[in-house]
Amino acid sequence: MIWTELDTWIVVTGALTAMACAVPGVFLLLNKQSMLGDAISHAVLPGLAIGFLVSGTRDPLPMLIGAVLAGLFTGVVSGVIERRGRVETGASLGVVFCSLFALGLILIRIAADHVDLDPGCVLYGALELAVIDSAPVPRIVWQSGAILFLNLALAAVFFKELQLAAFDPRFAKASGIPSGWIHQGLTIVTALTTVVAFESVGSILVIAMLIVPGATAMLLSRRVAGVLLWSLVVALCSAVLGHLLAISVGPAWLGWLTGHNDLGSLSSAGMMAASAGGIFFTFLAASRLVQRFLPSLQKRTL
Amino acid sequence: MMESFWRVLLLQDHNTRVVMAGACLFGAAAGLAGTFLLLRKRSLLGDTLGHATLPGITLAFLLAETFGISPRSFLWLALGATISGVAGMGAVLLIRKTSRLKDDAALAIVLSVFFGAGIAMLSAIQQLPGGQAAGLERLIYGNPASMTSSDAWFVLLASLLVAGVCGFLFKEFTLLCFDESYALTAGWPVRPLDALLMGLVVLVTIVGLQTVGILLVVALLVIPPAAARFWSDDLRAMALVAAGAGGLSSLVGVVASALLPGLPTGALIVLSAALFFGVSLLVGKKRGLIIRHLLEREAARRLRREHVLRAIFECAEDMQPVVTLEQVLAKRPWKKNELRSEISQLTDDGLLTTEPSGASFQLNGRGDSEARRLVRNHRLWEIYLLNHADVAPARVDRDADLIEHVLDQRLVDELEDLLDEKARERLVPGNPEKKLP
Repeated sequence: MIWTELDTWIVVTGALTAMACAVPGVFLLLNKQSMLGDAISHAVLPGLAIGFLVSGTRDPLPMLIGAVLAGLFTGVVSGVIERRGRVETGASLGVVFCSLFALGLILIRIAADHVDLDPGCVLYGALELAVIDSAPVPRIVWQSGAILFLNLALAAVFFKELQLAAFDPRFAKASGIPSGWIHQGLTIVTALTTVVAFESVGSILVIAMLIVPGATAMLLSRRVAGVLLWSLVVALCSAVLGHLLAISVGPAWLGWLTGHNDLGSLSSAGMMAASAGGIFFTFLAASRLVQRFLPSLQKRTL
Repeated sequence: MMESFWRVLLLQDHNTRVVMAGACLFGAAAGLAGTFLLLRKRSLLGDTLGHATLPGITLAFLLAETFGISPRSFLWLALGATISGVAGMGAVLLIRKTSRLKDDAALAIVLSVFFGAGIAMLSAIQQLPGGQAAGLERLIYGNPASMTSSDAWFVLLASLLVAGVCGFLFKEFTLLCFDESYALTAGWPVRPLDALLMGLVVLVTIVGLQTVGILLVVALLVIPPAAARFWSDDLRAMALVAAGAGGLSSLVGVVASALLPGLPTGALIVLSAALFFGVSLLVGKKRGLIIRHLLEREAARRLRREHVLRAIFECAEDMQPVVTLEQVLAKRPWKKNELRSEISQLTDDGLLTTEPSGASFQLNGRGDSEARRLVRNHRLWEIYLLNHADVAPARVDRDADLIEHVLDQRLVDELEDLLDEKARERLVPGNPEKKLP
């Protein structure tokens, strides 16, 4: 295994993005909106494509605006279909994001003559390429650091409101907290985080990091602040572990298993998502064992 | 353009026939299985399942050489997809059973983790010489044009199996969807039935890989059934509509992609399904927005008409039979214009006799018996609420207002029996249909 400066930057970017996603993810989890991350990351595709078509460049701003609008559109329209059309939550979300994703695939194919935008790139990201930068610290690191800082600041400022709106939206409303606006704000932040992360790490890492660290942290703590802290730790660990697996253990094992001995490193974003899953399932098994054999410990930590 | 359209539509190429038949059958099977999935509130399970097949597909691809199988063989990749799809579903059930996490969290976790592992292995495939990864693209984005005759036969068999099982176990699946706990206590094998239904969904997902691809396979499980919901409340009809809509959208999508080369077929199929959903949302016969709006307006209109008639009757009861607009206006907080138009409507319908100026009016024979019926129901209800339902007297008038409009004759008769003679004499005007002295 050869560790270069680029590897360091890949891990740093991955970890910053993962932690940035984990913060809104915890509240999505508490609101029972876990699939919203998946939905938004599919639905922003037409927004990206229209942003490109309108501006004709790969300028990040029109893309960002288009994608955030598409994300908001998903939240609002699926809400309308759910209430006015009386379609169950999951199904109305599914109808909207599938349609938008299909539209996005077609728009991208139409736009392919003007701009190079590959749906694959949106899905898998190109973390390995994004960190190659002439500046001493790659732009992508600043970018994911900024979004992490923004999410942490918002979570700190609106902590009480977010918590109340998640656990008791009616009481929140009665005590003057606009829980509807809090939910919309959460959707916007999720969309923004998704879009910023897209360019660097691809949507799959975003979907994973929105939910898996939070879910793991829920096994470890019963307080929202505790869950938030643990989810940051899990996100950080998955990024480090994921990249290690991607460049060394993964290719070796996969090569041994399948007989392809000359494999290079695997997709870091994919491995980061997978290792977050590994961490989650390890803690799930551990929590079952604790429940079974050490019930006294369980009362304190789980 | 026209020529190629007819070529496609008249199924002149063998390849078009295979692709159309395969896509249509898949659409119909997905609509059918998706109907039960929708009613079990598990629509997004299809999404997780679709994504969870990726690691199986990529691993099967990598292992193909070891077993001496062509890595492009659809059946071999489908085997891998089935195994990892079932594993994904098992993981969802495991999370749900062993932790406090909700369903949606379990779905999102399995989806992202499995897909992430799949992407990691896909990146290994992309390094293999000879650009072999291209063969997998068609399973991720869907490309029915790559379907061979044997693939189409597989789709045909699988779809017939799904349709057969759904038809044969229709009653059991219905019970499972609507009253699981009853089914359990009545001794039905709920767990095996549930597993069978999920097995059908896995089968549909595998079949759909080639048509619409991993990412959009959920669309055909969700959109046609959700659209069918607007057309019927009857499960049998809904399932048929969903199957038809699925098949038709696949057909339209395939035809469209034959005419617009270069656009992805899977996406076109999903867009036609989305179009059908949009139309159903608006004009659906049972729950469409337009029909619901019309019904709501009709109900509001009837309510207002009954209020006006009652108010006129009450004014006439207190004073002389000829009533002025101002007297009625004072009864309720209604708008003057609204009231005026309602009164002219009632006059046109022959319930009121109005002076030419429109300032005063009187209930005529038909109007009087209609108003008498309404007031009687209202007061019977008031008495019922006061004497038998323990409602605070101050609230009675409002409650009575809301419910009198839905009172039917049988309930009115029942109330008459319930209430004692004295109350009836005192508060209730005589029944216009019975000749009372």
